Amino acid sequence: MPDGDLALLLARIQFAFTVSFHFIFPAFSIGLASYLAVLEGLWLKTGKSLYIDLYRYWLKIFAVAFAMGVVSGIVMSYQFGTNWSVFSDKAGPVIGPLMAYEVLTAFFLEAGFLGVMLFGMKKVGPRLHFAATCMVAIGTFISAFWILSVNSWMHTPTGFATNAEGQLVPAGSWLNIIFNPSFPYRLVHTVIAAYLTTALVVGAVGAWHLLKDRADPHARKMFSMAMWMAALVTPIQIYAGDEHGLNTLEHQPAKVMAMEGHYDSHPSGAPLILFGIPNPEEKRIDYAIEVPKLSSLILKHDLDAPLAGLDTIPDNREPPVSVVFWSFRVMVGLGFLMLALGLFSLFARFRGRLYDWPLLHRFALVMGPTGFIAVIAGWITTEVGRQPFTVYNVLMTRDSVAPLDAPAVASSLTAFVIVYFTVFGFGTWYLLKLMAKGAEPGEPEPANAPIRTAGHTGIAAVGGSGRSDQRPDRTEGAHGWT
Amino acid sequence: MDLTVAWAGIIAFAVAFYVVADGFDLGIGILFPGFRVGSERDAAMNAIAPVWDGNETWLVLGGGGLFAAFPLAYAIVLPAVYAPLIAMLLGLVFRGVAFEFRWRDPKHRRAWDLGFCLGSFLAAFAQGVVLGALLQGISIEGRAYAGGWWEWLSPFSILTGVSVVLAYALLGAGWLIAKTEGRTRDDARRLGSIVLPLTLVAIGLVSLSTPFLEGQYYQRWFVWPGLAVTLPMPILVAAVAWFGWRSLRRDNDAHPFLWTLALYALCFVGLGISIWPDVIPGRLSIWDAAAPESSQLFMLAGTAVLVPIILAYTAWSYWVFRGKVAEEGYH
Repeated sequence: MPDGDLALLLARIQFAFTVSFHFIFPAFSIGLASYLAVLEGLWLKTGKSLYIDLYRYWLKIFAVAFAMGVVSGIVMSYQFGTNWSVFSDKAGPVIGPLMAYEVLTAFFLEAGFLGVMLFGMKKVGPRLHFAATCMVAIGTFISAFWILSVNSWMHTPTGFATNAEGQLVPAGSWLNIIFNPSFPYRLVHTVIAAYLTTALVVGAVGAWHLLKDRADPHARKMFSMAMWMAALVTPIQIYAGDEHGLNTLEHQPAKVMAMEGHYDSHPSGAPLILFGIPNPEEKRIDYAIEVPKLSSLILKHDLDAPLAGLDTIPDNREPPVSVVFWSFRVMVGLGFLMLALGLFSLFARFRGRLYDWPLLHRFALVMGPTGFIAVIAGWITTEVGRQPFTVYNVLMTRDSVAPLDAPAVASSLTAFVIVYFTVFGFGTWYLLKLMAKGAEPGEPEPANAPIRTAGHTGIAAVGGSGRSDQRPDRTEGAHGWT
Repeated sequence: MDLTVAWAGIIAFAVAFYVVADGFDLGIGILFPGFRVGSERDAAMNAIAPVWDGNETWLVLGGGGLFAAFPLAYAIVLPAVYAPLIAMLLGLVFRGVAFEFRWRDPKHRRAWDLGFCLGSFLAAFAQGVVLGALLQGISIEGRAYAGGWWEWLSPFSILTGVSVVLAYALLGAGWLIAKTEGRTRDDARRLGSIVLPLTLVAIGLVSLSTPFLEGQYYQRWFVWPGLAVTLPMPILVAAVAWFGWRSLRRDNDAHPFLWTLALYALCFVGLGISIWPDVIPGRLSIWDAAAPESSQLFMLAGTAVLVPIILAYTAWSYWVFRGKVAEEGYH
């Protein structure tokens, strides 16, 4: 392999590795920030201490996950330049401003109010604190908005021209760039995915504690809330995913061909290949289990509609079929398992057995991490499906990479792998430790809240509200609930 | 007004804000081994825990702003300083997670404290190396970096790396003197007294060697009208340093930090004289690297509105956590 090809391959592996790791944390913190805002809002509305207990419980988990999201995110914002400098030079005039807006409207908002959210309850009082929580939650959403606009533009570039230096420069309205054709679909599908991912984690934690104690009121509340999400949002997500797929068929047909495993064109009704093993050499799917004409029905809403296959795509523009084929099936398969969980929980709820059906709780527990897997699988489907381009049909991946020597990228990739597995391995362990301990009445604030030496004016104000949860903090683990 | 000049100013402001704000965070990390295990370290950590994330965001704005307003500079500089940048990012990973991890895992707290210190040190050192690499020149061919992956390494870039570590440590000591009391503050004063003279030596060495790097610096500094700035500079630095030294031995807890800021301001002016109006000194001017006007204008509209709002709520957050952090610091 020539040195340039090796450097390209290593740079791609490094980007895939670092972005996959990074994506896990926002996928969780987008949903969790909103969940925290809901919990605190319910506390303010009802005055029930159960909600603030749950808030404080999940806040500690949020703090750890958010920190990991921040540090892995900074890596991404520099990696465009370090490893994809030609892409940055060429696409910078279009996507650079969108990413700058992400920093200005989202990152600062999250970071500016995070300190108050984590440590400021006693200093600013409940209402201002709730406002800070909402700001962080809104910030996570705005962040998703901009970065998915950037990403969507790379899939469906619009509103640009090419200048004399070969740069892609904005032409016409910025709205055409921001709201490019795949953006609304991708935004909806991804944000719902983040909410579902969080719901599945919350549900699994609730289930774990219900398996230990069915009477645990905190576990009951979080489990019930999470199962409502799973039951109501999964069908919406499946519908949104279908719409996203139709949009992809319109703008990136080769990606859908790879997802479906359609090497050949089908002039009168294409089958839906449920499973099979892609054989890129022979350009066919071995051992395919297929339902005749169903793919045409799904994609064209017509049993006999013709569907083009990869035989209509030049080989040098064909995405890696096996990866896309498999990652798509992992995502869809998990999506239907989530639907099953949601339906099971509805059934249990109407039979009045939501809290005492261990099979349901075990199912929910096993489903805990599946949101993350589905998110990553979906991400791989769409990104690998865009290959061999970084900007679809405009800029090839091989023409985007920085002029780096292979040993430089090999060294950095090794360092990233070691550091990420160590640091985020420990981080995940800490998250699991926090989750393994149940939420308690009088759940303490984060243990490291800095206090001032003088002038605790905020405490009097908060304590004066007479809320039952404003008892003096207790040491962790002093209660026998677990 | 020229949009490109406005953007150069905005990015210079973001970088300067970052250097000061995250400078004291990183400086506290660098000084961490100088504090006693237990309440002192906890107090030092708590003095920055609520604000470090916001401070670090200015680094993302600096990088993101460069990407958006000067994509060609972003595309040339980042591969040129590949190794130090990756080191900085990994250092920031350890530094950032330590804020949470050290409280979650008392058994490994010492390990995360070490990670906090080494991560801060590495990030600061790497930032200094990047500055040195930029000042000493970067090989360019066409629209791309043309050097190898060790071109940044030189005695000069090591010197700037060490200088930034020292300067951040001084700022961190100043912040702790202002934000803590008792033994932590006394130790910060003691550490500040050690770091200040070393920082001055470093500033002196960098200032003396910069004009003799290849390029435009000699002309800028030693030929009239540059001399008009060059001659008073050492006097100003000496005066600020003397006031800073005196403040370390007196009672006012805010003064050491403020005098350090004055020292930083002088350094920024010096760097500005060396670099302006280039983005890669001697090789690429801000106008060569500028994004098209429509990109710059689109962002400027938002920046003009958003940065004042950001500064306002950042100030509010600092105000909420104003005053001294208790040595027992947490409960």
